[in-house]
Amino acid sequence: MPGSRAKLPELRRWWRFALVAPLLLFLLASFVAPVLMMLSRAVIDRDLERVWPDSAVALRQWDGEGLPPEALARTVAREIRTARQEGTLNQVANRLNYDMVGSRSLLYATADRLHAGAPANGIADLARIDPRWERPEIWAAMRHADGPLTSHYLLAALDRRLDADDRIVNVPAEQAVFTNIYLRTFKISAIVALLCIALGYPVAYLLASLPERKANPLLILILLPFWTSALVRTAAWAVFLQTNGVVNNALQAVGLIDAPLQLIYNRLGVYIAMTHVLLPFFILPLYGVMKGIPPTAMRAASSLGAPPVRAFLSVYLPQTLPGVAAGAIIVFTLALGYYVTPALVGGGADQMISASIAFYTNQSLNWGMAAALSLLLLLPLLLMIFAGRTMVRTVPA
Amino acid sequence: MTVAFPLVEFRGVEKRYVGGGPAAVADLDLAIERGEFLTLLGPSGSGKTTTLMMLAGFETPSAGEILLGGASLADRPPYRRNMGVVFQNYALFPHMSVVENVAFPLRVRGIRGSEAAKKVANVLSLVKLEGLGDRRPDALSGGQRQRVALARALVFEPDLVLMDEPLGALDRQLREHLQAEIKRIQRALGLTIVYVTHDQGEALTMSDRIAVFAGGRIQQIGRPDAIYEKPQNAFVAAFVGENNMLTGTVVTRHDDQCAIRLPGGQIVRAMATGAMMPGDSVIAAIRPEHVETGITPPACCNAIEARVEELAYHGDHSRIRAALDGGGTLVIRMPSARGFAAGQRLPIGWCTDRCFAFPAEDGAAAWRKAVA
Repeated sequence: MPGSRAKLPELRRWWRFALVAPLLLFLLASFVAPVLMMLSRAVIDRDLERVWPDSAVALRQWDGEGLPPEALARTVAREIRTARQEGTLNQVANRLNYDMVGSRSLLYATADRLHAGAPANGIADLARIDPRWERPEIWAAMRHADGPLTSHYLLAALDRRLDADDRIVNVPAEQAVFTNIYLRTFKISAIVALLCIALGYPVAYLLASLPERKANPLLILILLPFWTSALVRTAAWAVFLQTNGVVNNALQAVGLIDAPLQLIYNRLGVYIAMTHVLLPFFILPLYGVMKGIPPTAMRAASSLGAPPVRAFLSVYLPQTLPGVAAGAIIVFTLALGYYVTPALVGGGADQMISASIAFYTNQSLNWGMAAALSLLLLLPLLLMIFAGRTMVRTVPA
Repeated sequence: MTVAFPLVEFRGVEKRYVGGGPAAVADLDLAIERGEFLTLLGPSGSGKTTTLMMLAGFETPSAGEILLGGASLADRPPYRRNMGVVFQNYALFPHMSVVENVAFPLRVRGIRGSEAAKKVANVLSLVKLEGLGDRRPDALSGGQRQRVALARALVFEPDLVLMDEPLGALDRQLREHLQAEIKRIQRALGLTIVYVTHDQGEALTMSDRIAVFAGGRIQQIGRPDAIYEKPQNAFVAAFVGENNMLTGTVVTRHDDQCAIRLPGGQIVRAMATGAMMPGDSVIAAIRPEHVETGITPPACCNAIEARVEELAYHGDHSRIRAALDGGGTLVIRMPSARGFAAGQRLPIGWCTDRCFAFPAEDGAAAWRKAVA
């Protein structure tokens, strides 16, 4: 009997694990694994290796000084021709084009001439087809793509690249876009989080101080945005805020303004719509925290001699900070990934990093770039969550 | 010669809440003297907490006024009343250490530095919490939290300390220990304490005076022994301590005494209260420890017979539940029930001045309220 009783806790633990195992497996297979596979594309680089196996081996053996040995040039020339015949040259051409603009046309032009019978015994022969084969850039681009790992995408996501001598340099100013978009993304998210704090704190306070009977209908009103699709909500904002929309017409009717204000398709529209969508995510956790503060806390402060403002600032507010931090972090992190709303109510200069990720995923099909941009968005996000946890822990509820 | 104002005075105070219903507190006239320990005792909903909250300033009287030292409190918000309040759930500030909690009333009064530190240290040693000053409230036991709440309410030397069921959340042993502690501190500092509780034992041991509340009104106010031994109505008799409530009919009345016929035809004598006349239905209240019995008939008046139904051993005393002929049961408390057996006939009796007759109508209503 004692033996079977000792086994019981262990059995119970397995039973508990069995209860969550199906969901865990589902998440692992449908979410965690695909995300990791996708993100790994930011550093894994096998396009060239797949099409040009011999060149990849030779490129890795080359020390990268100046121009490559003749043998390497002959291998590359041979594999250009075979890849052209097998129709796989496209993959290498695209990859090299990310590193050096013009690589694509160079490869195809070279492939055509080699096909037509041009000799390919070394760099000199290739340079007769196109003088760029005598310059180190194209060889550096190939070396950067020799796999299996690359820093190209992550550097590009930070507006940096490796030059022919493997130094990290800034990309040309007209190509440097991502740093700006990242900064814009963080700025918009931070402002939306601040707006949510300013608008949501008083509402959460009101809700928490009302009796449940009156608070519940108000809570439903606050939850209402949750039950409307993002598209419908955003379209509604468009109707409201456009030049001849409800808001502008009303302001003009009462004579507050003469000409319509530009309320949408600019940054203001993005702030308005995103704050509206994200406000419940701020109010709800804060409401939960405020509900946990006994009403006697403020009474105690008052009886001990603190006037209302003092009591609020030194007793109530500090106890709500964990809720404020939790809500603000949720809003900020959700805002970082926003895509549809800025796309619909913002202008061209209001697009956030998700729009770039979507572009590389859906349109240019450069998944390495999409993965690198996502990874750089994910890291500060994890940092935020970690910072939030420590912040919440230092202010016990 | 100085005019002897009571410290606090309630004059015709009434409290009604919006939305109708009976008054939470009605016709309240009450004077609290300096240095006294006054307990407001009653079941939940009796108006005792509302009274305390009006005094603290968290509720506003609908009518009447409350005076502190002769001056009306009507326009004084809670933070200018200088009363220390101890709440049932302690209401400690969870984000502050013990020392910060206790120093809070000093800080809002602009007292800082070494003077504040000294006061905090003194009051912490008074409540025996030295060495725990750096802890957060969630690292303290229930009894320790209660001591912090008490220290915080005392450190600014308030005119008055209000306590709202401060020991309600603690187990019995700790409660009794803290009752003694609070009394010790009250005597040492000469504090005026208004103490709300529904625990009649707590009220009897701690108070200088007890005000028994029911239905928003004070049923009786007086010293604990007067409340216990001379209840003025059936509610007080039933709520404070244990009482046998026997129904009967008045046969005769002479001054402050009356004769009552019990359902079985026995005639007993009791102290009359109110304007009861022969023929009125009454309830006679007699405490278990005042019922006398023995193998031989007891040497006092009101000697009747009963049959032993049940014996219960309680360690320091025993109880007999006995049935009266013709209906009604009676609990008898005695040092030892040795020698008695269930089913035996038992001569019982009590002294007339230990038994009180109350009008049955009031009594029934009050009884329902007390047990509800």
